[in-house]
Amino acid sequence: MNLTLKIWRQKDSKAKGQMVDYKVTDISEHMSFLEMMDVLNEQLVNSGEEPVAFDHDCREGICGMCSMYINGEAHGPDRGVTTCQLHMRMFNDGDTITIEPFRAAAFPVIKDLVVDRMAFERIQQAGGYISVNTSGNTQDANSIPISKHAADEAMDAATCIGCGACVASCKNSSAMLFVGAKVSQYALLPQGQVEAADRVRNMVAQMDLEGFGNCTNTGACEVECPKGISLENIARMNREYLSATLKG
Amino acid sequence: MALDSKVPKGPIKDKWTDYKNKIDLVNPANKRHIDVIVVGTGLAGGSAAATLAELGYNVKAFAYQDSPRRAHSIAAQGGINAAKNYQGDGDSTYRLFYDTVKGGDYRSREANVYRLAEVSANIIDQCVAQGVPFARDYGGLLDNRSFGGVLVSRTFYAKGQTGQQLLLGAYSAMNRQIARGKIEMFNRHEMLDVVIVDGKARGIIARNLITGEVERHSAHAVVVGSGGYGNVYFLSTNAMGSNATAAWKIHKKGAYFANPCYTQIHPTCIPRSGDYQSKLTLMSESLRNDGRIWVPKNLEDVIAIREGRKKPTDLSEDERDYYLERRYPAFGNLVPRDVASRAAKERCDAGYGVNQTGEAVYLDFASAIERYGKEQAKIHNISNPTADKIYELGQAIVEAKYGNLFQMYEKIVDQDPYKTPMMIYPAVHYTMGGIWVDYNLMTTIPGCYCIGEANFSDHGANRLGASALMQGLADGYFVLPYTIGDYLSGDIRTGKIPTDTKEFDDAEKEVTDRINFFVNNKGSKSVDYFHKKLGKVMWDKAGMSRNAQGLTEAMAEIKAIREEFWKDVSVPGTADEMNPELEKAGRVADFLELGELFAKDALMRAESCGGHFREESAELDGPQKGEAKRNDEDFAFVAAWEYKGEPADAVLHKEQLEFKDIELKQRSYK
Repeated sequence: MNLTLKIWRQKDSKAKGQMVDYKVTDISEHMSFLEMMDVLNEQLVNSGEEPVAFDHDCREGICGMCSMYINGEAHGPDRGVTTCQLHMRMFNDGDTITIEPFRAAAFPVIKDLVVDRMAFERIQQAGGYISVNTSGNTQDANSIPISKHAADEAMDAATCIGCGACVASCKNSSAMLFVGAKVSQYALLPQGQVEAADRVRNMVAQMDLEGFGNCTNTGACEVECPKGISLENIARMNREYLSATLKG
Repeated sequence: MALDSKVPKGPIKDKWTDYKNKIDLVNPANKRHIDVIVVGTGLAGGSAAATLAELGYNVKAFAYQDSPRRAHSIAAQGGINAAKNYQGDGDSTYRLFYDTVKGGDYRSREANVYRLAEVSANIIDQCVAQGVPFARDYGGLLDNRSFGGVLVSRTFYAKGQTGQQLLLGAYSAMNRQIARGKIEMFNRHEMLDVVIVDGKARGIIARNLITGEVERHSAHAVVVGSGGYGNVYFLSTNAMGSNATAAWKIHKKGAYFANPCYTQIHPTCIPRSGDYQSKLTLMSESLRNDGRIWVPKNLEDVIAIREGRKKPTDLSEDERDYYLERRYPAFGNLVPRDVASRAAKERCDAGYGVNQTGEAVYLDFASAIERYGKEQAKIHNISNPTADKIYELGQAIVEAKYGNLFQMYEKIVDQDPYKTPMMIYPAVHYTMGGIWVDYNLMTTIPGCYCIGEANFSDHGANRLGASALMQGLADGYFVLPYTIGDYLSGDIRTGKIPTDTKEFDDAEKEVTDRINFFVNNKGSKSVDYFHKKLGKVMWDKAGMSRNAQGLTEAMAEIKAIREEFWKDVSVPGTADEMNPELEKAGRVADFLELGELFAKDALMRAESCGGHFREESAELDGPQKGEAKRNDEDFAFVAAWEYKGEPADAVLHKEQLEFKDIELKQRSYK
């Protein structure tokens, strides 16, 4: 198929960006979206132009590195996939595809389609852990039975890949799905109880400090999340937060 | 320099404990005056950085991604082994040790492997304490599954995302230390050289991938945990950015590179579909627990399937060749990876491949779905269930076990694997070879350590499934943090290492010169052009089976590609900005050297062992006819290569392998 691409080009964080049109031809429907981008970049390199910078790494939907806002949706039109798993069979010959970086005040553009997601790092550093040193002397892994239900639910929350699609999809640029997922993982497990109150308070405080917006329950984040992280996690975080503040 | 593995004396089961008891320690007050650089933040680097910081050292950690959480350990699917014997099926430290040495085809160092098996149980305890949500059974205890090449169930897992959950565990431990200021994290930074001062590793030169700035970082020791070199084949299951640059740079500065030819070609990957393909996707080996591998018995059926006249489901049981079950009745579909891969290649080379490229075999879940369906019908007291009901019940079980993998397959191939068998073919997955290290995990450069997939030590010539995660975390959590103390205890009076010295000047200049060369070369071909060309030579001549003629040609061809690369490579953009093409150019330049050393090593090793299959060395008759033939008399050694300029000039050093606790046998999975 032959396509027209409208791509956001921005030299660096300080430069002013703009949409630029490109044409690609003979794109196979079996290609992944990023392989189509590879074709474009090879074309640009061969004509001496600078290729489009975009984040990507594992190309199997698990590292969370790839981003891209495609035709107005984080990770494009397919559901339950990251951009690297999006395939060209989702598009038709002659389509015009608009490709932008994830947009949020807390995710400044570094170059072209690459954004800075350090805000997520700082939120995790504020409490996204259980304080246990490596010793080889922790108790036996089977000494605390954990119900299969709780373990499975914690696992569902823990599958968040930290890509930021939730923030990019939210009209308020809220990070509550991301933070809620981490808070939930630990809140559901007995190991996480000791620090539960401090954790939720500190992570929420950092989230606010980073300039992420609030949640108004539109549910866009859940729809666009490539890993199907549920809105329930936001509710659980709110409950944890409330109980932590009441405890003082 | 003679190789000294520094393996402690004494019986194998006491070596590590006795050694730890006598090792020199650094007292807590002195640790805060000692800096350690960790390059790479996957399972090995991430766990090492966190543990070293917990101990009190000042850690500087480097990752080329924007977060440690994105290192490619995250993509490991199936699980992590540990000798917990929770299933009561007779597992033990010795049995895990034995399986790993045997699985590695007797080409690993016994003492290192025993230690690995010994600390494996601690890893599970540690990870659970960190909140890693491993799968549990209904009683609330941890669940296990079995993996290829072993007869017990010792693999712990978190759905099909075990690597992700373990890495997020190590990442959370890192975050705690970053928050305390004990780890200084350098995201989007790439190490481009190591700095040697008075014969010791004292720092690195790194490039800030956002600004392009070339930076100097000093430390009392440098730890490289930068992963494997599978991307030397261009197409592999590695991440796009996975590279050998950190390992290759230390090799060029004096670290010997061991057994580069030991590569694991994983049997269950999604077959390639076209020339544009950028990477291959792994389907977890755990699928072989329930999937049966087959090709049609008759060539007419193969042709009919390729032409779309028949579907695989049209073939009756006796028209199918379950070739693993036929050739290896004892292990069946659960033979080790190298054996399964070669068997697939054998069938496809004979013309039985089931897709357009002729490079695919079936992985079929129909019998598993039926078996589980009948079992469920019994559990739910459904008498005389219909075939549809059995299918529905069975599908639910298979979905619960492998749902995410089936979904991934469907997204990529656009076929429903519950209804039609998956197509799979082997792909480059893991590299057992790597930087040579002693028992302390120190390279031949004093003060420079190498951990995880980047080193050579634990998997011999073939790695068993679910052992990579185990080794990465063993090295990072439980081995290196102790052994490095022995070396650093000599540095308590050294003080901060200055970076305004000639050694740093020289190293930085070398790095800057190379960057400037690339952006000013203005050649006519892209970096990928050369990388793909290299990959093709590697796959065709140093892939699943190798011979002397092909390897000799490969060495000459890679050298020619390398020369062309340095003349004609084109890197657009400038040095002082984010420039992904420039990053790739540096990495491919290193692969173009490593590839040649790889072929040289494979040529030297005129035996078949593990993932390294030399066509000249196969059993000619008897029950093992056609199977790989190892040569313990001449090749029971680690080949450690010393850099001398051109890869062809590398000098071989041998570390003889001694097996005191295990008898050397031919691996038989029949």
